[in-house]
Amino acid sequence: MSKDKRYVIPGDIITTGPYRPEQNVILDGNKMIATCIGLSDITDGAVRVIPLTGRYIPKGDDLVVGKVISHSAMSWEVDINSCYLGILPASDVFGRDFSSHANDLTEKLSNGDLIAARIVNFDRTRDPLITISGRELGKIDSGELIKISTTKVPRLIGKRGSMIQMIEEATNANITIGQNGIIIASCENPDGLSKAIRAINMIEEDSHRINLTDMVKKMLESSD
Amino acid sequence: MGGRDPNVVLLDENGKRSDGRTVNETRKVTIKAGVLKNANGSAYIEFGENKILAGIYGPRDVHPKHLSNPDTGILRCRYHMSPFSVGERKNPAPSRREVEISKVIKEALEPAVILDQFPRTVVDIFLEILQADGGTRCAALAAASVALADAGIPMRDMVSACAAGKVADTVILDVNNEEDQAGQADMPMGYMPNLKKITLLQLDGVLTPEEYKKCVEVGIDGCNQVYEIQKKALEEKYFSKGDQ
Repeated sequence: MSKDKRYVIPGDIITTGPYRPEQNVILDGNKMIATCIGLSDITDGAVRVIPLTGRYIPKGDDLVVGKVISHSAMSWEVDINSCYLGILPASDVFGRDFSSHANDLTEKLSNGDLIAARIVNFDRTRDPLITISGRELGKIDSGELIKISTTKVPRLIGKRGSMIQMIEEATNANITIGQNGIIIASCENPDGLSKAIRAINMIEEDSHRINLTDMVKKMLESSD
Repeated sequence: MGGRDPNVVLLDENGKRSDGRTVNETRKVTIKAGVLKNANGSAYIEFGENKILAGIYGPRDVHPKHLSNPDTGILRCRYHMSPFSVGERKNPAPSRREVEISKVIKEALEPAVILDQFPRTVVDIFLEILQADGGTRCAALAAASVALADAGIPMRDMVSACAAGKVADTVILDVNNEEDQAGQADMPMGYMPNLKKITLLQLDGVLTPEEYKKCVEVGIDGCNQVYEIQKKALEEKYFSKGDQ
């Protein structure tokens, strides 16, 4: 592990001096203090901590998988595994000529439906606005649901999608990864599906290992 | 809380206390992080004979809604003693004492947590005393802090806690139940070890100004010892698996 990368817990002083505090770091005097458990990282004068635990915080343009939990006359409320509910406006589904008299929201989505959605806007003052219009978005009809910690999602995707591509190619599975830690995997071949699920669980379990890619590759190539 | 034995020797001529400790020694403390599957964060602490479970939920929606704050998240704390935690069955309804301890623990953690990143939400802390033997508020505070870190709640610093006190005219560290009952003073403290700030300070008893200063000093020393154990508990859960 390099010199500027190390494990920290809240309150640990990462470094002192002229640096810029970023993700999960606060500045106290000239001390850079970590605010969560994770890996500290100093690059280009900026200090940040990559968290190892925590809940999902919505971010604009994130793909999430959520469950419809209720609806009002104008919108659905979607559980996106975060501290806030996702709001899906009815006009997003019915189009601009939506009328709360003519259209019944349960026609399109009812409680308990799973959807793949994208975060449109979130500024913490209001609940995050989501949309399901777009490629690969919308209601999810089939597949296997897997839940992992949100902090492990970047590891599952890998550098420029390398990890997930490798799994998809090896198993022929179609995997939708929500940034909120909910994953949908589907595959025509049941063996491929179980292998993909095993690989995802393995990444969640061993995400801190440096040779993770090789380990997953080996597992995918093994015949059982 | 058990009968009082008038003949108990709190400090013998060799400087040993009723349970065999020296004046500057804490009881044996063990902490384990992440013991509950369904909570967002959790910890279990054994502080001598005290056994306490801490569970964290959140940040999550506030119910009832009127408690929510549009500028910041809020902290809620429930300290509860199980009916079987003490010698005589304890009525499980929250007592005056439990309401007070819930409040002081909440206020001891508030300077540490950074909740303005989660407006309109609440972080719930549940502290369940499974077995009590004096100094539960300190032990519960130490466990709550580990559980908060385990839940990934942003914090300026960990909060560690330990009590100091006075028995037989001597300042001692980490008061147990016997010493609390028969002793002269008990002073629980919460402390942020890196920021060097005190977040909880209560005092039951009478101390001279000199004794008070000594007590604070001894208490901070105890908090630092507890902090090392808290750190170890988190390191064990997050950093111990395999290579890096």
